[in-house]
Amino acid sequence: MKMNGARIMLECLKKEGVDTIFGYPGGTVINIYDELFGFKEIRHILPRHEQAGTHAADGYARATGRVGVCLATSGPGATNTVTGIATAYMDSIPMVIITGQVPTPLIGNDAFQEVDIIGITRPCTKHSFLVRDVKDLALIMKKAFYIARSGRPGPVLVDLPKDVQIAQTEFVYPETVEIRSYKPNLEGHPRQVEKAVAMMLDSHRPVMYVGGGAVLGNAADELTALARKLTIPVTTTLMGLGSFPENDPNSLGMLGMHGAYCANMAMTNSDLIIAIGARFDDRVTGKLGTFAPHAKIIHVDVDPTSIKKNVRVDLPIVGDVKDVLTKMIKQADKLKDKVAEFKTGLASWHGDIAGWKEKHPIGYKNSSTIIKPQFVIQKLRELSDADAIIATDVGQHQMWTAQFFQFNKPRTLLTSGGLGTMGYGLPAAMGAQAAFPGRQVITICGDGGVQMNIQEIATLVQNKLPVKIVILNNNFLGMVRQWQELFFDKRYSSTCMELPIDFVKLADAYGAKGFSTSKPGDVEKMIKQGFKEKGPVIMEFKIAREEKVLPMVPAGAALNEMVLNA
Amino acid sequence: MQHTISVLVENEFGVLSRVAGLFSGRGFNIDSVSVAPTNEEGMSRMTIVTRGDEQILEQINKQLNKLIDVIKVIDFTDGSGIEREMALIKVTAEDENRAEVLRIVDIFRAKIIDVTPKSYTIEATGNPVKVEAILDLLRPLGLKELVRTGAVTIGRGAKGWKG
Repeated sequence: MKMNGARIMLECLKKEGVDTIFGYPGGTVINIYDELFGFKEIRHILPRHEQAGTHAADGYARATGRVGVCLATSGPGATNTVTGIATAYMDSIPMVIITGQVPTPLIGNDAFQEVDIIGITRPCTKHSFLVRDVKDLALIMKKAFYIARSGRPGPVLVDLPKDVQIAQTEFVYPETVEIRSYKPNLEGHPRQVEKAVAMMLDSHRPVMYVGGGAVLGNAADELTALARKLTIPVTTTLMGLGSFPENDPNSLGMLGMHGAYCANMAMTNSDLIIAIGARFDDRVTGKLGTFAPHAKIIHVDVDPTSIKKNVRVDLPIVGDVKDVLTKMIKQADKLKDKVAEFKTGLASWHGDIAGWKEKHPIGYKNSSTIIKPQFVIQKLRELSDADAIIATDVGQHQMWTAQFFQFNKPRTLLTSGGLGTMGYGLPAAMGAQAAFPGRQVITICGDGGVQMNIQEIATLVQNKLPVKIVILNNNFLGMVRQWQELFFDKRYSSTCMELPIDFVKLADAYGAKGFSTSKPGDVEKMIKQGFKEKGPVIMEFKIAREEKVLPMVPAGAALNEMVLNA
Repeated sequence: MQHTISVLVENEFGVLSRVAGLFSGRGFNIDSVSVAPTNEEGMSRMTIVTRGDEQILEQINKQLNKLIDVIKVIDFTDGSGIEREMALIKVTAEDENRAEVLRIVDIFRAKIIDVTPKSYTIEATGNPVKVEAILDLLRPLGLKELVRTGAVTIGRGAKGWKG
C-alpha cells in the first residue's frame, strides 16, 4: 500500500513492537504528528522538554530491555536531545531517536530551525542515518533498531527531513536485515572459555567483577549460577548493581570510588579478576599503576574495544556475556572433582573477605534529631516492593542509594553511570512507569538534580504515572560540596543553593501530592503515606546538610587508599 | 612508530567524518589520509598513516572496526604492503637551476608536467621515502608549492583483500 513517509515511520515502529514513544511536536515533525492523531497502537507521551523525553525513552529501555524511542523536531528540539543521547551512549542503552529535519533542498542553507544533528551527535551515537529518499526509510528503520539492540547496544539517530515525510511510496517492511560491515561477535570462543575455567580453578583469591553488560545482556541468572557453583565472591560496578543479589553471602557490593572496603580490598589482593561486561572505568580502578597488582585478568565483553583499553588482560573473551557464562557453567560441570577441590581451597580467601567485611562495613552514624540520608534509603528498601524500580539522579544520593538500597534483581536500578547526568532520575522514572504502570517506581534525587527536570511532574500528573519522587534535600550540591570540604579547605564555591524551595507547594502547583519532613521519627510514616497515594508524590526529606559519602577513594589514589572516616 | 592502515568503508553519507572524528575524538594522530572509491560498488578505501605504540594501534584497529560503516581494517605495519605516494611540486627554476632541477627529475624518474620561464612543475611518484628524498633535494632550489596525495597501500602477492 502507498503511504507517506510519516506514516511509514509509524508503521515501522509498530512492526518493531514499539508501544510507547516520548515526543515533542514542532514544525518539521508536524506531518508525523498528523499521522499519530488517531494512531491507536502507539502511546505518545508528551514530556515538557525534549531532554526529558530522551531520558524517559532511556528509562523505558533500561527497565524493559527493549529499545526506547523518542521523537523531536529539528533545530532546538534535536539539540535538546543531545544530553539524553550521550547519557544512553555512555551506558550502552538501546534507543532510537527520531528527529525532524528541514526539507532536503534546504539542508545546508541555514534554514529556520536547521541544525546538523547527525554531525552534533556523531561522537555519542552508535550510528546515525539521514533519510534522503522515502524509498530507503523502511530499511533504515529496520537497520536502526537492529543496530540499537544488537552487540553492544546503543542509541541510533534517524534524521528525517520534512519532504521525505510527505513523499509517498509503497510500504514494505523487510523481514530480515543484513549489514555486511556490522557483524557483532556474540559467541564466546570455546577454547578461550575452557582456558578461563581452568584459570579460575587454578586461582586461590578470585573475584568476579561485574558491570552493566551483565544487566544489558540479561545474564543475571547465569552469573548468579556460576558464582554460586564456584563460590567466587562477586563485586559489581554501579551499572552492574542488581545483576547479582546483594543479599547473597558472596556479594561484596559495589567497588570503586565509593565502593565497599571489602570489595576494594578483594580486588587489590586478588590473584584472578574475572571481568564480566565491565570496562575498568577510572571510578572503578583508582590509580591504574597500583590496580590489582597481583591479579591475572580474564575479560569477557561483547565489545572488543573495551578489552585492553585501560588495563592489561591475560585472557580476552569477546562474546555475549550470557553465552560465555552458560558455556563456563557447562565447562565447570565437566570438572566436578576439580571444582570441589577448588572450593575447599577458597576457605582462607573467604576468611579474609569476611574479615574485611567485619572490619569496615558500609555504615553510618544514625541520629535521633536530624535525618540521615542513609537511613531514608534503608527505610525505602524496607517499605518498598521487592520488584520496585529505583531511578536516581547523580551525586551523593546516587552513591547512598548504591551503598544502602541493596539491589537484588536486574533492571531495578536506573542510573546515569557513565556520563553522570544530573536531571536524569525523574524523567527516567517516568519512562519506567510508562512501561510498567502496575509496578512501584521511585526516583531518589537530590534537591539540585531534581530541579533540572522538575517540569516533568506535569507529565506524570497528566499521564497518570504515579512515580514516587524522593528528594534528599541538603540545600547543597552535595557531592561537589563534599569535594570542596575534603580537598579545597571548605571553600564552598557556588555549591550552596541558598534559596530554599517549598517542594510541597510545588507539587501542589502541578496537581501532585507533596510531603515534607525534617524529623527522623516521621520518616517511616511519611514513606508509607507517600506509597499509599495513587498518583505522583513528592517526598522531601530535609537531611543532615554536611553528611558525606564514605568510604571514598580520592581521585588518583589507589583502591586500597580509602578515606574511611573524615 | 608509524603505521599504515587500510580501511574499507561503505560509501555512505558522512563516512569520512565518522573516521576522522574517531581519530580526533580519541586523540589518535593522522599523518596522512587518502580516500577514493574501489572496484566494488558502494565501497571506498581509505589509507591512513598514523602513529602510536602497540596498545594505541590495537585500539585504533578495534575502534575502526566498531564503526558500523567499516567493512574491513587491514594493518600493513609488518611490511606486507607496497606503499606509493604522488607529489606535485612547483619549484623555482631560473638560470643555472633549470638544469639542476632536470637532473634531479631524471634521477628520480619523475616528470615535468608544466613549465614556465621561471618554474617547473614536477610529478613525482614512489614510496613516501623516495618522495621525501626528492623534496630534500629540491627544497634548497626554492619550493613554491607542494601537494602530496598521502600514501596508498596494497598488499603484496596474488591474493586480494578478501583472501
